[in-house]
Amino acid sequence: MEVKTAKFKETPAATKVTVSGAEAVIKCLLEEGTDTIYGYPGGAIMPVYDELYKYRDTLHHVLTRHEQGATHAAQGYARVTGKVGVAIATSGPGATNLITGIADAQLDSTPMVVITGQVGSHLLGSDAFQEIDIVGISTPITKWNYQITKASEIPEIFAKAFYIARSGRPGPVLIDITKDAQFASMEFSYKKCSGIRSYIPYPEVDPEAVQLAAEAMNNAKKPLIVFGQGVILGSAEELFRQVVERSGIPAAWTILGLSALPTAHELNVGMVGMHGNYGPNILTNECDVLIAIGMRFDDRVTGNLEKYAKQATIIHFEIDPAEINKNVQVQIPVLGDVKESLELLLNYLKPNEHPQWHQEFKKYYDQEYEKVIKNDLNANVGELKMAEVIDEINTCFKGDAIIVSDVGQHQMVTCRYAKFNSTRSNVTSGGLGTMGFALPAALGAKMGSPEREVVAIIGDGGYQMTIQELGTIFQTRAAVKIVILNNGFLGMVRQWQQMFFEKRYASTELVNPDFVTIAKGYHIKTNQVTERAQLKDAIKEMYDAQEPYFLEVKVEKEENVFPMIPTGAAVSEIRLE
Amino acid sequence: MENKNFTVSVYTENNIGLLSRIAAIFLKRHINIESITASRSEVNEVMRFIIVVNISEEKVRKIVGQIEKQIEVIKAFYHTDEELIYQETALYKIRSADFVEDLNIQDFIKETNARIVTVTPKFFVIEKTGKRQETENLYEKLKPYGLMQFVRSGTIAVSKNEMQISEILEKFNTTSVS
Ligand SMILES: Cc1ncc(C[n+]2csc(CCOP(=O)(O)OP(=O)(O)O)c2C)c(N)n1
Repeated sequence: MEVKTAKFKETPAATKVTVSGAEAVIKCLLEEGTDTIYGYPGGAIMPVYDELYKYRDTLHHVLTRHEQGATHAAQGYARVTGKVGVAIATSGPGATNLITGIADAQLDSTPMVVITGQVGSHLLGSDAFQEIDIVGISTPITKWNYQITKASEIPEIFAKAFYIARSGRPGPVLIDITKDAQFASMEFSYKKCSGIRSYIPYPEVDPEAVQLAAEAMNNAKKPLIVFGQGVILGSAEELFRQVVERSGIPAAWTILGLSALPTAHELNVGMVGMHGNYGPNILTNECDVLIAIGMRFDDRVTGNLEKYAKQATIIHFEIDPAEINKNVQVQIPVLGDVKESLELLLNYLKPNEHPQWHQEFKKYYDQEYEKVIKNDLNANVGELKMAEVIDEINTCFKGDAIIVSDVGQHQMVTCRYAKFNSTRSNVTSGGLGTMGFALPAALGAKMGSPEREVVAIIGDGGYQMTIQELGTIFQTRAAVKIVILNNGFLGMVRQWQQMFFEKRYASTELVNPDFVTIAKGYHIKTNQVTERAQLKDAIKEMYDAQEPYFLEVKVEKEENVFPMIPTGAAVSEIRLE
Repeated sequence: MENKNFTVSVYTENNIGLLSRIAAIFLKRHINIESITASRSEVNEVMRFIIVVNISEEKVRKIVGQIEKQIEVIKAFYHTDEELIYQETALYKIRSADFVEDLNIQDFIKETNARIVTVTPKFFVIEKTGKRQETENLYEKLKPYGLMQFVRSGTIAVSKNEMQISEILEKFNTTSVS
């Protein structure tokens, strides 16, 4: 008897037609509801591209200018839509160029299917032209990967790939397809995957654990919620808001949790972590119950683990069993999908308000305001500060835009100051911290949410890592608004050099090109702000633009981002200067 | 937490890439694998890896979590030596002349519980199955005779407790499509 290791659902395409492997790939993508894919052609994937030509009216292929851009665009698309992003490339260098984006998706739990062409199966292992062991290379950075050598495997492997990428804790899946498998003909029928016996994407929620959690939350005098992207990935934003409002517990977010709860919500107390807000970081070490929801205690969040929330009873709502007790020992783990566990939790939560405890947050906010925020926002004299730009974007876009940030000081400032009214609006590279992420990710985000404004905030360093994607933006006319915060430095590294390496600015000063001219070369509408007085009108003009728009803002060269938890310090040792 | 020997048992689907996926988990955390074996298991078409490591319990618990997270891993466990029946096999190749001259073979076999696998005019091959210390002792004993070759297998082990893999698989077969 054949052993069944996975289950598949019958779908309309369950009747068979004879097609090539390459056409089967396209059909699989369409069956999974894919409308846009990002990629770059080459020898080993040409049969699939030939089919893409034939299917060009049903499946939109976006030619990025580098395969890394294809992965980040697919990520941006996935992050704003919740659908699986798809990237495709040829073998060898095409495949290796995908690695950064795959790793980024793995660390940030982004659902993505990556397709690579491979040399013919008879050449495997012969060091053939553009042969590279991409399955081997991508193993530690994929949720799953597989090499297809026979056309007949295509439907089942694609069905599994999409199922694995999107279910449970999402992540990237890579499928490598040999060229002969693309050429070979096969009998195509498609059944969506509905289960794999060795894989439990949604661990059962234990009602007793939820009750224990509720009890601890109800009895807490100084509780603090820290929420992460899990709330968004589990589509549990509404339930989460109810939990927060019912319990009256102050809620702080990790960088990827941002936008799961509106930033203006009165119970939203800001960001935790290295450049987070003063109050939630300090009070992490004073709360009596810490409720972690869909977050993973990353070291940028916890600072020194030996001194992290030692006084608190810790509750952890988490879908991935491997995350429980990984970095922080928790007293009440609640395994499972937050959509289920939070729903249960609501049954037991007692209404509360914690007014005194909220006063503590207010007190620390006032201190942060006096020492940091006030100066960031109302500099009035001297060079422009990054925060002023973000603040002006808030004024103009009113918290409704999707904001995509790159990596560095501007990222921290963006996440600290940007306003968000709705979920899936903050797109940034959190876990891997990939410079060059934002420009292509913004393109993908715009294509995923064409009706929304998408603003990319990028440093002059990171911009030049994927600047070639201006070509893709020009070609697709995706109306992305690009803002470069140009400080002439690799600012975040320079800040560390200033603080911890006695200002030895080793290779952090940039001699930059004329960014406006470059954007003009791509026929993108441009503007430049060199003085404070120009900012308001420039942002307004950008807001009004119906097409891609590039704005360069010259900002203070040696601005430092505060607050800051120095490496090795406790969260409560966060510094305001 | 002190380091101890832990035996990690991993039940998996029969998949080409899985060995490197599992090995990568150890590599990433700088954990030395003392021994690793793979074979079919008691369940049809299910593989079983036995991996021995010397690390703290906290580390092995996290490692098992990461292993179990891999899509094609059905279940992973870790056990201490006390919870297992475990064995290793070693082969010793020795020059016949040296061996025969110095030792009474009958006595030797009786004393060591070893087995002679092959005898040729040039060499003997002796096999010994047991705990690490036992194969080690025999190694020391035979060393003076000039070991031509020595090899030891990875640990293989069965647990005293039930593993209940069939039950896990049965559950998958009986639950309805979600
Ligand atoms: C691909 C990559 N290389 C190196 C780094 C290390 N790094 C982190 S922030 C940073 C500086 C970023 O400079 P810029 O893009 O100008 O932004 P700023 O910090 O000035 O806002 C660097 C080099 C990184 N995160 N990613």
